[in-house]
Amino acid sequence: MELLSGADMLIRSLQDEGIEYIYGYPGGAALHIYDALFRQDKVKHILVRHEQGAVHMADGYARASGKAGTVLVTSGPGATNTITGIATAFMDSIPMVVLCGQVASSLIGEDAFQETDMIGVSRPVVKHNLSVRHPEEIPEIIRKAYYIATTGRPGPVVVDIPKDMTTPNERYEYVFPRKVKLRSYNPALRGHAGQIRKAVDMLMAARRPVVYAGGGVILGKASEQLTELVRMLGCPITNTLMGIGCYPATDRQHLGWLGMHGTYEANMAMHHSDLILCVGARFDDRVTNATEKFCPGARIVHIDIDPASISKTVDADVPIVGPVDAVLKEMISLVRESREKPDEEALAAWWKQIDEWRAFHGMRYETSDDVIKPQEVIEALWRLTNGEAYVTSDVGQHQMFAAQYYKFDKPNRWINSGGLGTMGFGLPAAMGVKLNYPEEEVLCITGEGSIQMNIQELSTCKQYNLPVKIINLNNQALGMVKQWQDMNYESRHSQSYMESLPDFIKLAESYGHVGIRIDRKEDLEPKLKEALAMKDKLVFVDIYVDRFEHVYPMQVARGSMKDMWLSKTERV
Amino acid sequence: MRRIISVLLENEPGALSRVVGLFSQRNYNIETLTVAPTEDETLSRLTVTTTGSDKVIEQITKQLNKLIEVVKLVDLTEGAHIERELMLVKLKATGSQRAEIKRTVDIFRGQIVDVTSSVYTVQLAGNSEKLDGFIQAVGTSGVLEVVRSGVSGIARGEKVLSL
Repeated sequence: MELLSGADMLIRSLQDEGIEYIYGYPGGAALHIYDALFRQDKVKHILVRHEQGAVHMADGYARASGKAGTVLVTSGPGATNTITGIATAFMDSIPMVVLCGQVASSLIGEDAFQETDMIGVSRPVVKHNLSVRHPEEIPEIIRKAYYIATTGRPGPVVVDIPKDMTTPNERYEYVFPRKVKLRSYNPALRGHAGQIRKAVDMLMAARRPVVYAGGGVILGKASEQLTELVRMLGCPITNTLMGIGCYPATDRQHLGWLGMHGTYEANMAMHHSDLILCVGARFDDRVTNATEKFCPGARIVHIDIDPASISKTVDADVPIVGPVDAVLKEMISLVRESREKPDEEALAAWWKQIDEWRAFHGMRYETSDDVIKPQEVIEALWRLTNGEAYVTSDVGQHQMFAAQYYKFDKPNRWINSGGLGTMGFGLPAAMGVKLNYPEEEVLCITGEGSIQMNIQELSTCKQYNLPVKIINLNNQALGMVKQWQDMNYESRHSQSYMESLPDFIKLAESYGHVGIRIDRKEDLEPKLKEALAMKDKLVFVDIYVDRFEHVYPMQVARGSMKDMWLSKTERV
Repeated sequence: MRRIISVLLENEPGALSRVVGLFSQRNYNIETLTVAPTEDETLSRLTVTTTGSDKVIEQITKQLNKLIEVVKLVDLTEGAHIERELMLVKLKATGSQRAEIKRTVDIFRGQIVDVTSSVYTVQLAGNSEKLDGFIQAVGTSGVLEVVRSGVSGIARGEKVLSL
């Protein structure tokens, strides 16, 4: 019988859970745990420079790998610094376990040094949280935490660990439970057969069907099934910002992504469809625009693992609760067996209409002879990396340009904070990806506003040699804020200028990295190539782009899906 | 529309705060809330009365079900059910008021559970309207203090909410 301290049990549980890296920052209440970490070498710890960075690193890893990321921090400020990162993961359903130190049980409630009620503080932004009340419970709690984080609709789980639970003076028998059973938590394993059949019948009968896929397809590892079904049906597909890569973007059936900054053809197809098959998406306000004007002629089939996502904002005609991969598999076999075939004539007419929309607008922007357009930076990156890179982004115009102009053919490669819209996400997320996929090209597409929100992590990159490429679309302003001010506030640019920007080249160099500045159009491709050729160096590419560019298309506020601005002057 | 949602909850610290937090976080209404352990000490039973459109109520039940510690729940107002609330009222009772209050208490099938020379304390159980009716009948001017338990409910007939 093996006797271990709480701290050793915690680390051993992480080993048994198969955790390779944890991201964190030490402090008083977590020191027993850090000591246990020191005395082994299976679980490797990455020391960040701010706890928010640790959470985004774990998150980036989780999004790229489909596995849970792990964070370790101390109590009080260590724990509260993780909140933005946890909320980011929560909004996008990212599996993650955040281990937080806590003051000793005897001090809880006494306003002790570095005490925060982390269970209370984190409650609205976690899938669940657990506190350790006896050291013996640690293995079971760790197992439970990962089980809850990764099953059903995934999400972050916080574990609060008072310091006395990890003291080296007390030892207990270590047993790692193979299975967890929670009587109150039983995520659906398959969809309702009758509902699935009904959905297939509706798909076969539809004249203007469209598939609307979301991040759930990627989280549910169902890209393959989705692609197969869509090809069998021959219908158009659009996806959300979070669903990018769930279906090959370069395929003819793909209309690009939909919603506020989605393509003209995707939004038009949605609005005019007679049947929407929604797979793992949640009719978010950035997708639907005004819900009362949403797709008036469409019946809706909605597949989701989370029943609460169904009919939350837009009512579903056929709700199907279940894992998307299993449901799609059943649909594929039903379509294959079906004697009915999709109406070819109707489909041809539908495609003719869609092709007209594509020809009318598609993705386009005006180029210029002297200034670099942000869109052309993204197109150049797409070409130079053969569309194969892992791309993380921050939040704002650069995020939209990256999502619009980098064509992702594979899932898990577009990594951004879609739900919460967290500036400062991109760099640490890229680091999490690069650490775990060292052979892959990892780009962080960012802006001079966002990058400064977690710039300190350049130091972590140096320590662990994480040669990500930072592509800074520098327009010397908080571009998306400025765009809204241009459009809605008569160009009163209240607080949206970034004055006194640092010299990013020198900044990168001071951290031991390489900086490249691009401000002439003819330098764009050669210098990007130069940056990408430095495989073992972090390169900060500071690109001066058009300061006046806006992101289009843009849906007209409170309109329907089809009401869009296509440029500063064209409105449809 | 007013609904009574009855929830079986893991009897664990923090579970109640998740339920209450959910209501405020998602902008739902709580009118009354009662909670106590059941005959199975690992479970608590919580009854919440709330108002909202059918769509909102559907979301409330779905969101409650998502909480890891919620084991089972039922919307009692979907079927025949019994609801009760307990009220204790302190009433000014002097002179001729004393007999009048006693008569009203009898009509409402309440009990006077504590007596001083100037105060009656009345215990009354029933649905919420009956309790409101009693307060109206005795008149608010004589009421010194009111405490109500919030609604508890149970389905009629064979239907049970259990594991």
